[in-house]
Amino acid sequence: MNEGRKDIIQVLVVFVALVFLIKLFIIQVLDSKYEQLADSNAILRQVDYPVRGLIYDRNGKLLVYNTPEYDVQVVTKEIKNLDSVEFCKVFRITKDELKVKFKELRAKKEYSPVKLTTFLTQLSNDDFARVQDRLDDFPGFYIQARSTRSYTTSAFANALGYVSQISKPQLERDSSKVYKQGDYIGQSGIEAYYEKYLSGQRGVRYKMRDVDGIDKGSFREGSLDTVSIPGLNLTTTVDLDLQLYGEFLMRGKSGSIVAIEPATGEILAFVSGPSYDPNLLTGKYYSENFRFISSDTSKPLFNRPLMAQYRPGSIFKIAQAMVALQEGVITPDTRIVCNRSIINCHGAHSNEDLRGAITHSCNPYFHNVLRRMLNKGKVNDPFEDTRIGLEEWNTHIRSFGFGSPLGIDLPNEKSGLVPSPKFYDRAYGGRPWKFSNIYSIFAATVANRGFYYTPHLVKSIGDSGQPLPQYLEKHYTTIDSANFIVAVDAMQNVIQGGTGQYRASLKDIIVCGKTGTVENNPPLADHSVFIAFAPRDNPRIAVSVYVEDAGQGARAAASIASLMIEKYLLGQTQRKHIEDYVLRGDFLD
Amino acid sequence: MDWATVLLYGALVLFGWLNIYASVYDETIGQSIFDFSLTPGRQLLFMAACVIIIIAILIIDMRFYDTFAYIIYGAILFLLLLVPIIGKEVGGNKAWLGIGSFGVQPSEFAKFATALAVAKFMGTIGFRMDNLRNQFILFAMIVAPMILILAQKDTGTALVFTAFLVVFYREGMSPFLILVGVACAIIFVLALLVESNIYLYGAIGVIWAGLILFSKKKRFKRIALITAGAVLIIGMLYSVDYVVNNVLKPHQQNRVKALINPDADPLGFGWNVTQSKIAIGSGGFWGKGFLKGTQTKFDFVPEQSTDFIFCTIGEEHGWLGSLVTIGLWVTLMLRIIFIAERQKNRFTRVFAYSTLAIFLFHFSVNIGMTVGLFPVIGIPLPFFSYGGSSLWGFTIMLFDSSRGITIFETLFKYTIQIL
Repeated sequence: MNEGRKDIIQVLVVFVALVFLIKLFIIQVLDSKYEQLADSNAILRQVDYPVRGLIYDRNGKLLVYNTPEYDVQVVTKEIKNLDSVEFCKVFRITKDELKVKFKELRAKKEYSPVKLTTFLTQLSNDDFARVQDRLDDFPGFYIQARSTRSYTTSAFANALGYVSQISKPQLERDSSKVYKQGDYIGQSGIEAYYEKYLSGQRGVRYKMRDVDGIDKGSFREGSLDTVSIPGLNLTTTVDLDLQLYGEFLMRGKSGSIVAIEPATGEILAFVSGPSYDPNLLTGKYYSENFRFISSDTSKPLFNRPLMAQYRPGSIFKIAQAMVALQEGVITPDTRIVCNRSIINCHGAHSNEDLRGAITHSCNPYFHNVLRRMLNKGKVNDPFEDTRIGLEEWNTHIRSFGFGSPLGIDLPNEKSGLVPSPKFYDRAYGGRPWKFSNIYSIFAATVANRGFYYTPHLVKSIGDSGQPLPQYLEKHYTTIDSANFIVAVDAMQNVIQGGTGQYRASLKDIIVCGKTGTVENNPPLADHSVFIAFAPRDNPRIAVSVYVEDAGQGARAAASIASLMIEKYLLGQTQRKHIEDYVLRGDFLD
Repeated sequence: MDWATVLLYGALVLFGWLNIYASVYDETIGQSIFDFSLTPGRQLLFMAACVIIIIAILIIDMRFYDTFAYIIYGAILFLLLLVPIIGKEVGGNKAWLGIGSFGVQPSEFAKFATALAVAKFMGTIGFRMDNLRNQFILFAMIVAPMILILAQKDTGTALVFTAFLVVFYREGMSPFLILVGVACAIIFVLALLVESNIYLYGAIGVIWAGLILFSKKKRFKRIALITAGAVLIIGMLYSVDYVVNNVLKPHQQNRVKALINPDADPLGFGWNVTQSKIAIGSGGFWGKGFLKGTQTKFDFVPEQSTDFIFCTIGEEHGWLGSLVTIGLWVTLMLRIIFIAERQKNRFTRVFAYSTLAIFLFHFSVNIGMTVGLFPVIGIPLPFFSYGGSSLWGFTIMLFDSSRGITIFETLFKYTIQIL
């Protein structure tokens, strides 16, 4: 009577089977997430960190090297009968700290009880020696060695930059997906700019492990594994002795020195004052020290040669003179009366030619020259005429590299600003000038009589002996080199009889220079500026110095610039009185 | 002897054995499948013993069972009674009777014994399913071992006895009772699935109102019936919440919660289900290949050679391997139904259907839990899961169901007579 019910039971059997097959099809074939989950379960991606490249000065002196440092990692599932009193004693932490550490550990996004997770960071060598012997007493805890940066000297800190753990925003921006939380990355300076060369290439080993994290051999016989490639060493362009001397001179002052080899664009010294000791920004106390340094009101982390921007001041008269000659609005022999009713001037002179005007930094002369350049009378409309003049002027000025980033090998180069027709179309007044020390190194362009190489800090990447290709490119200005001879003559006169005579002249070496006194916001004293190169023929060094709130360019900046030249060309300085004057630091009357 | 059954049986047991090997195989050690200190080696011994058992079954006449059914049932009940007293504890369950280092689980044989007793009872001449007294006796027969097994804290095996409802249904029990059971199960799951019961109460209210408004004959009796039904369901929902939160032990609560939402705590109570799904899901269509799995052999999946053996199949043999396994199972179960229907007497038919029902329950619940469709109830997948007691118990049931007067048996009988 109930035979029909067998069909229903048969249907039930088939129905259950079909439900399973459909569900299995969904999780096995359609949904790929389980495959990834299985891999992250059983396959441990072990990163083999390469050694970061070392950094040398131009003479092969070591500047930056690596010292080992140790992290403590933990697999919580493997912890057995943790004697927390003993643990705290060995690792030198308090019981509360231990609690906090465990709390932080569990809060981590990547935390899993079966995975190696970083627990304590940056144990020093001494700590490691003590901990190593006792590690067996604490199952589940492991030591991971990595290296941290150390510095042979406290010099050159701002240009070298520092290395620290990658930040969250950096991690999000990293499209290469190479970096992981907790990895170290160059944060500023050369360390950041040359990160990809310094960091080397990471190796990866894929290892299988079981649920307890126990190694079960390499995955697919290691066919996916890669070996790490150490980072490339960098040879910088900096002369450590000169750099140290520059920092010595800048002690207690706010400002910067850039010294450059005109023939190559290699930066010989890159001094930012005040500075900090880079050894503070490494190792265990990084965070505390960073907070301390970054909150210092004298801004030691502010890379002044690059970031501090001023109005150009009198050194710019040289560029103006070059453009005016090129445009033909004056000749070297053009004389203009020093009419001090238009604009203030200084020194005893009345009716100079171009060389004399540069030598004495005659303000009315260059006021007139600028007017001649802007109003050439090409069209009747005075506004349109000015516009054309400004456009032509702008083209020449930009060929010096002014007004846009030069492309130095440091991150965050701030672009300078020069007046453009567009700017004046929009607004009158305001300050269309932004000029930092790195632009002032156009002293090298004058030294080269019309061309320059982009200033750079690294002359050799690895063993190549070559800098980045863009630093081998010669940039010509739009000015004929014959015109530069006038500038060179004038700059020689500045030292031999003009504004820079007293403190900047050297025995046996013809120095060419130009003072600058950049107006500051009263009641602060003006900024003292000086650019120079030497020797006059086949110049080997060009220097640009800014000393903030130090008054006339002929005093602080000229003294420092000439001392730098002397130090570099002669190996030592003999003018003790100038050095003392600089170190005393009392430049205002 | 039914050769199709023998072939299916052989295929399942062999495939199961290979998977037990795969679930413990470790490339770094390279264990042998014949290492008798390990599960695959021991399973091979159990399989060898099965051959002896099968021969014995073929020798024993079915009338032997007919005569001794109640005695066997009684003896098993007695053993089950002994287990909590003299049994030894293995893995949290006190379900083993030890003989030296060797242990057996009487609960695995209780299924067979109960099937025998139920078949014997239903096979008596003049048995009527619609007799209330008969129904009561039958329920008592299955509830008795259930209670004794529950005393061993082995909820999974105890639940297997509910499978006899399928047998009762086949033999004429009103499907209404079964429907009520299924409805209860659905309400139970709903009560757990829906976060707040207020929605369910609301839905019931709407259905209640709708039924009353749209019923053509608005008689008092009908309205009373619908209202009573609604009140009953609400009462059930309430009691499910109460039972889950107040009666179930924490680990049982967790198993239920893991079913509903394994992602809520993947490292805690959801671990088993999550890892099991990862293992199976990572197999893809073709599977990772024999001995190439990582999830089961590296212990991410718990109980990988017993309750979660299906994970190894899913991981190493993919959807295709799952299809073959499920296909073999469906064929075997349909074959048992075919054999059962062929039987001339009720005793053998009921016994065969009992076997089918128990297999179906194991099959559904075991695979269901590994893919996350059922709560984790620790019962083996017959012929696949490692374990002597379960293998022997299922083998005895299968071969007793599929016997009958066949050439093999006849030959055997003649041989014995000649001897």
